[in-house]
Amino acid sequence: MPKLIRMKNIVVFFVLAFSVNAYAAPHGDELYATYCSSCHGVDGKGGVGVPIALPSFLNSVSDTYLSKTIRSGRPGRIMPSFETLSDAQVSAIVSHVRSWSDKPAPEENSMVIKGDAEHGAQIYEKFCSQCHGDKGSGGKGTGVTFSRKRELPIIAPALSNVGFLMSASDVMIRDTITFGREGTPMTSMLVAGLSEKDIDDVVAYIRSLEKPAAELQKSLNGVHDEPFAIIVDSPYGLDETIENLKQAITDQNFTLIRTDYLEHGLVDEGKENKKQVVLHFCNFGFLFEALTIDPRIGMFLPCRVTVIEKDGKVQLTTINPKRLSLLFNNHELDESCNEMYELYSTLLEDATL
Amino acid sequence: MRMLRQFLLFTFLTCSSLSVLASDLLMVRTQQSFPEAMLALQTSVREHGYAVTRVQRIDIGLTGMGYKTDKYRIVFVGKPKEIQYLINKYPVLAAYMPPKISIFAEHDETVLVTANPKIYADMIDDDRDKILFKRWESDIYSVFDDIRNAE
Repeated sequence: MPKLIRMKNIVVFFVLAFSVNAYAAPHGDELYATYCSSCHGVDGKGGVGVPIALPSFLNSVSDTYLSKTIRSGRPGRIMPSFETLSDAQVSAIVSHVRSWSDKPAPEENSMVIKGDAEHGAQIYEKFCSQCHGDKGSGGKGTGVTFSRKRELPIIAPALSNVGFLMSASDVMIRDTITFGREGTPMTSMLVAGLSEKDIDDVVAYIRSLEKPAAELQKSLNGVHDEPFAIIVDSPYGLDETIENLKQAITDQNFTLIRTDYLEHGLVDEGKENKKQVVLHFCNFGFLFEALTIDPRIGMFLPCRVTVIEKDGKVQLTTINPKRLSLLFNNHELDESCNEMYELYSTLLEDATL
Repeated sequence: MRMLRQFLLFTFLTCSSLSVLASDLLMVRTQQSFPEAMLALQTSVREHGYAVTRVQRIDIGLTGMGYKTDKYRIVFVGKPKEIQYLINKYPVLAAYMPPKISIFAEHDETVLVTANPKIYADMIDDDRDKILFKRWESDIYSVFDDIRNAE
């Protein structure tokens, strides 16, 4: 009986602890640390994600913009959507981010700006596309590790991104074009020579990009049906399959790094299962390019094919980069993943011909 | 008694491990330098009962080929019996085992990234085995908590 009472006490403790956790007012600093700091930096100075502590940024975006950005994210541009956070949690994060500025948040102004989108497209092409990409596709690369110089604080946002267009008001876009963002490469287009009407036309053009962005997002949904791994049966024995694979790796301009047993490091040396072999290889140029696009791709690295003999049957297995690309929410990376998928498929095919 | 244990486990998993984003990709940033973070990672991984099976030095390979890069390593981790069991039962997992944690420098800070082990559960059918990945998920949250709290 005393044992049962102790267990009841433990249950009561956990229930109370959980209740307090669920109903306490959310702490913005803790939520920021949990959900945002890994990309945007502990102090909002950026990293994988953009620097949000920049005064010129905080002084020009409303709390509504920040809230909507947290909610909708940036589909295909790294930033995930935080749909499961409560309104109170989102507000707490926004308050924490706002605490980095000594100026009050700008009021949200939902006024619709009318302009000539066709004319705006011409101006965009001349003044904006060099940084913001063709049709608002955004700057290339992610984060400071490989993509940009340390002193460059930001990669140009994708203005056609459905998350951006859902979050930004016309007035916010207009003001950013008009005044620029101090501390970033975004300069005042008014100073650069555009008229107020020109700027309104560019706003109208950017707003017109909304539909194609949504269609792009829709087109990616088929990737969910991809299998997690590419698995191919070999008609050859284990040793012959491995030799064929080594040749295929060289033929595809990869460098074979090493050949290991799959159990390397898991069991004592010499006791590994000799019928489970992993070939590690790399194309350093391709690797560097991929890391420049997204430094988080470690789970792809290094390239490898596992060869296993079981019950007299030899099978080659590798990851399916197309399927894994879903984890990264990075459309730019998708192209490299498709390329990698083709390379893996060719290697496996060549090794088992 | 069994129900009590299950309830406690459920409550523990629900209340804890909230310090890292619950998505398919788990990330944590630490203000520790790369060497400190690497040491903290390996220490915590071992304290959680996992072996560090290999450390792949991506940056060394890149630098050797003339590419400029900051520190970037891949740490392979796992429990031998669990890995062996999974690979033998599920060929699809052979491409993913042992699990990896990427660790790279961002100036004087360090970022760690790994796939949420729950994605492996999506690759198999047996619900009894899926529980294993729930524990791995809980452990990686705990490891990442350790690294953040080690500052």
